[in-house]
Amino acid sequence: MASVNLSKINKVFGSTHIIKDLDLEVGDGEFVVFVGPSGCGKSTLLRLIAGLESITNGDMHFANDLVNDLPPRERGVGMVFQSYALYPHMTVYENMAFGLKLAKTDKQSIEQRVMDTARILQLEELLHRKPKELSGGQRQRVAMGRAMAREPRILLFDEPLSNLDASLRVQMRNEIARLHHRLGSTMIYVTHDQVEAMTLADKIVVLRDGRIEQVGSPQTLYQQPATRFVAGFIGSPTMNFMPVQLLGAEAETCRVKAAGLGELPLPQDASGQPRGDELTLGVRPEHLALAEPRGDNRFEIVNVEYLGNEVYVYLEPKAGEALLIHRSEAPSQWQVGQEVALVPELEHVHLFDADDRALPLAKATAAA
Amino acid sequence: MNRYQQIKLAKQIGKWALIAVIMVYAIFPFYYAVITSLKPSSELFQVDYWLSSVDFGNYAQIFSQKSFVQAIGNSILVAISVVFIALLLGITASYALGRVRFRGRTTVMLVVLGVSMFPQVAVLSGLFEVIRTLNLYNSPGGLILSYTIFTLPFTVWVLTTFMRQLPMELEEAAIMDGATPWVTITKVFLPLMWPAMATTGLLAFIAAWNEFLFALTFTLTDSERTVPVAIALISGGSQHELPWGPIMAASVTVTVPLVILVMIFQRRIVSGLTAGAVKG
Repeated sequence: MASVNLSKINKVFGSTHIIKDLDLEVGDGEFVVFVGPSGCGKSTLLRLIAGLESITNGDMHFANDLVNDLPPRERGVGMVFQSYALYPHMTVYENMAFGLKLAKTDKQSIEQRVMDTARILQLEELLHRKPKELSGGQRQRVAMGRAMAREPRILLFDEPLSNLDASLRVQMRNEIARLHHRLGSTMIYVTHDQVEAMTLADKIVVLRDGRIEQVGSPQTLYQQPATRFVAGFIGSPTMNFMPVQLLGAEAETCRVKAAGLGELPLPQDASGQPRGDELTLGVRPEHLALAEPRGDNRFEIVNVEYLGNEVYVYLEPKAGEALLIHRSEAPSQWQVGQEVALVPELEHVHLFDADDRALPLAKATAAA
Repeated sequence: MNRYQQIKLAKQIGKWALIAVIMVYAIFPFYYAVITSLKPSSELFQVDYWLSSVDFGNYAQIFSQKSFVQAIGNSILVAISVVFIALLLGITASYALGRVRFRGRTTVMLVVLGVSMFPQVAVLSGLFEVIRTLNLYNSPGGLILSYTIFTLPFTVWVLTTFMRQLPMELEEAAIMDGATPWVTITKVFLPLMWPAMATTGLLAFIAAWNEFLFALTFTLTDSERTVPVAIALISGGSQHELPWGPIMAASVTVTVPLVILVMIFQRRIVSGLTAGAVKG
């Protein structure tokens, strides 16, 4: 087990700058998830930590050791690959023992460790099978076993669940989470699926274009997204955004005007923003209430999705933006074609400036 | 029978007739060689398509010649050495060419391919000088060297193509497990490359086994000759007599090992040649 410390890490491939001046601290025993859209550099960052790619410049420490130029085998990392990459000609036992054999571990300790790992992952029955005789979930567990058998300081996962079908994915996600509780080892996990990120992570790192967009616990990211990108990326269905105009900012509140909704008093500190500025208002589907239409506040329901426990209502926005979504518990009285008024819960509304940065809550600023 | 069935029947007959023609065309010469080799010399010039009696005299005669037995030994030595060296160099080269990114990789591949396009005769005199300089004239070493030169390009190309198809993550998994490139090649890639190696190895073996021009040029004495040359030099009682019986017996003797090898490896060869089409 070890902490990971990245400071001013850069990675350049030819003329593409993939990772840009990245700083990150991963605590000992923490489960950190890198999440972001494809091409954001999350897999590259993981490969840099694994040692499969070399960093262009910057410093990388595991615990107190500088590992910049160490090959993977000397870093003490184990990695689970997206395609599992099990050795097809070896049995499950041999797959897990391979790394130990190369490390010249004596036969007895190899057996001991493989058996221990197999017990944790419930692979004991399968030790003499070849990978092609295993199901997807079993292969996944063998891949984890192989990574764990050498007792690495850090376990890396590169989108390990994306080859599994939906129900198995939920099951394996659960197993990985329990594994982390049980082993308490440092784990770094890459995914493009925000649900995996939210459910597994102690700490989520949202990446975009080679830079960290925000680091924080799942709650922080959900409740206080630092940027519009994070707000839109985390949460499903995605947050509603609409353009608003800043009318004025006072000590503890600001006033904005949104098409259809009229004037809204918000708890954000917008004192730094010029009056009349175009801002973006963000509100999560569950914080958007529907009511009888009144005056200008009239939105048409274009679709209703019934999911059993909850209902998504899609609304036609005022000006060429994406559809607005309202989410509530089932049953719901709303019908397609109905006109309704939108009532955002003002204490849960987010406000983003022209650069898409979230404006802080006035109370938080006052406290700070 | 309706029209549709008639057409279907005609197609069947046509298909089997075509297959029969191809079979006869391909197999008849070999069949006739086998028959000829089993005839006593007195019946040699009667044209028979079936064997009335079996006579192993011709076989006894060639195996009683010490030079022929030696030639078989030389051929085995040369062919196996060529296969071994070509596969060893081929595997290591294909790892470099298939997996390591370096400047000029394509150029190297093209040069390798280009080398194999020269006809043997074109390089004969140059190669002769090389072999003289290396002191390999009239020894199996000279033949091994020259055959390897002509076998290697094919070996490298096939193995490189195969190596490129092995998933990258497999190699990375081995790296994470602490494997050096050599361990990765021998412990991870080799076991997966058997089909490709069986194919290329067998083709290299056949090429070395059947080669005539270099074998004739680079050897001088009976004790160093390989089988194709030895067969060509089998002579009869007088200048005007060609000993067809012993020649056919010798030809059959040296072809049978190849046929057996191909039959053993035929499944592997097919899977090796179609490796790209099948998902691992």
